[in-house]
Amino acid sequence: MTTPLLTLSDVSKNFGTNQALSDISLEVNPGEVLCLLGDNGAGKSTLIKILSGVHKPSSGTVEVEGKPVVFDSPKAASDVGIATVHQYGGTFPLMSVARCFFVGHEPTKGVWPFKYFDKKAAGEITVREMQKLGITRVTDGSRLTGALSGGERQSLAIARAVYFGARVLILDEPTSALGVKQSTHVLRIIMHARAQGIAVVFVTHNVTHAMAVGDRFAVLIHGKKADDFRKGERTREQITDLMAGGEAMAELEAELAELTGPVQTTP
Amino acid sequence: MTTHAPQGAPPSGGKQSLNKTESNMVLTGVRSQRTVGDLFRRPETGALVGTVTVFIFFAIFGGAQFLTTGGVASWLNIASELALIALPVALLMIAGEFDLSVGSVVASSSVTLAVVSGVYGMPQIIGIIAALAVGALTGFVNGIIVARTNVPSFIVTLAMQFALAGLTLGLARVIAGSTSVPLTPDPVFKALFGTLINGQFEVAIFWAIGAAVVVVWILQMTRAGNWIFAIGGDSQSARAAGIPVPKVKIALFMSTAIGASLVGIIQTMLYNGAQTGSGQSFVFNSIVAVVVGGVLLTGGYGSVPGVILGCLTFAIVNQGIYYTGWNSDWAQLILGILLLVAVLMNNTFRRLALSGGGRKAASAAKGA
Repeated sequence: MTTPLLTLSDVSKNFGTNQALSDISLEVNPGEVLCLLGDNGAGKSTLIKILSGVHKPSSGTVEVEGKPVVFDSPKAASDVGIATVHQYGGTFPLMSVARCFFVGHEPTKGVWPFKYFDKKAAGEITVREMQKLGITRVTDGSRLTGALSGGERQSLAIARAVYFGARVLILDEPTSALGVKQSTHVLRIIMHARAQGIAVVFVTHNVTHAMAVGDRFAVLIHGKKADDFRKGERTREQITDLMAGGEAMAELEAELAELTGPVQTTP
Repeated sequence: MTTHAPQGAPPSGGKQSLNKTESNMVLTGVRSQRTVGDLFRRPETGALVGTVTVFIFFAIFGGAQFLTTGGVASWLNIASELALIALPVALLMIAGEFDLSVGSVVASSSVTLAVVSGVYGMPQIIGIIAALAVGALTGFVNGIIVARTNVPSFIVTLAMQFALAGLTLGLARVIAGSTSVPLTPDPVFKALFGTLINGQFEVAIFWAIGAAVVVVWILQMTRAGNWIFAIGGDSQSARAAGIPVPKVKIALFMSTAIGASLVGIIQTMLYNGAQTGSGQSFVFNSIVAVVVGGVLLTGGYGSVPGVILGCLTFAIVNQGIYYTGWNSDWAQLILGILLLVAVLMNNTFRRLALSGGGRKAASAAKGA
């Protein structure tokens, strides 16, 4: 048994009297996809912010490869290899693809004061890395990022994180704004990152997408971990019920049944 | 463990790639052919159309006088002084911030130079350093307030504009006893800042060319240039990518103020003295020039050639009107219309740029 890349033990977070997260324990291993499921307001965002160094936990510990860490800033988290990709975050629509890819990590040539941003190398690397992720439409690093589709921009952000040494990739709702085809593409990229030995934390409320790529699952409800299981241990219905708050959903179905006739559920 | 160093390309991933068309087409296809369409996707295209249009307009209606060296000098001089302020203002606007305090910085620097070297009789180099220091300090204060408090720069620099104007006026009256402070420039400094070459062309033209070279280098060729675009595009993401956002902003506010100080020094040397009310028109003129030049008012987009063209356009209209024989009141009307048309045109060109290879990406093209 290897040490997990990232371990959370009894992590809680409160903002004043508001308990956003209570006693969350999770593990993420290299080459594994952990799906973090939960309805809106379940505490997913708070958890991501703790992992990415935006917030510090009120109690509990975060460990990277068995060593306890406290992140003072998002940079501290990215320094140990934790990269967070938000829905459109990290991509700048009015910048070229190459400029966007290398924001904050620009390759330079020459000697100060004539040190300059090597846009040629940047363009070539960007195109190559994006092609690796199956974005074949981008053949020129000087293309504006805003001209890419949502899925392509998401891929650009993921390619960027992977290229700059991400070991843990946190994807915050990467598919929620995308169409079916684009989502499939992002899911394929997740599997690609997983195959490279990256630990992926996939945050979503889409059970279908989660089940397609997840190795482990954790369901958050009202800031608590409601369930925690491996691939194949739960059915889709069980997960959906759990996320919707189980009983509440059954009640709603009964209520709807009175109004419109029985709700069709898959056998 | 697959930890990739930034410079070394990860070799592992390529093996089981998801697509068939890999390396060979990538390497040959990196630089695609430039087309006419690409021209219309550049930020300065709209500005070029504007400059050419007003030039032709005044060449026709301004008569032969407009095209003489004297005529050309009149608008080149205006454009140069404006460019010294508009170029750094453009960088700042690309980073998503405003500087409305440049007018008072011109006046305060000018008065500082005249007071230090004129009233107190210190060497003029000391006066010049003092004037630049006033600019640097003003920019630093603007920058640090914006970076620390998150009060919009519009408000911070507007407050500075008023406060500094009042301070300049007050101190000038107390120290020099007048709102006008005379200074006889040393020949060296007169030649460096305030001489008229051939009796017509201000030496500021060379300062402006120098400034343009430096600014285009910073914006297009350095890491800092990439940071400026990123900060204006999305400040949060830029910070998350490790860019020192407050430092960059403070440096940019200092550069606009130092640009304004330089103009203050130039005017003092040119007119042999300082006026407390000078330079106020630069506040809005610089914004007009920058926006006509294709810089996005909300940041993240723009170019140096565009800003130069914006300055030229402004200056041609501003001076060309005198050659037409019409009342100069009409210049303002033309500038107002020009500003609106330029912004509409720039929006269209930007949308074209975002459309890239023909596919729609209208969602990101909003805003002026």
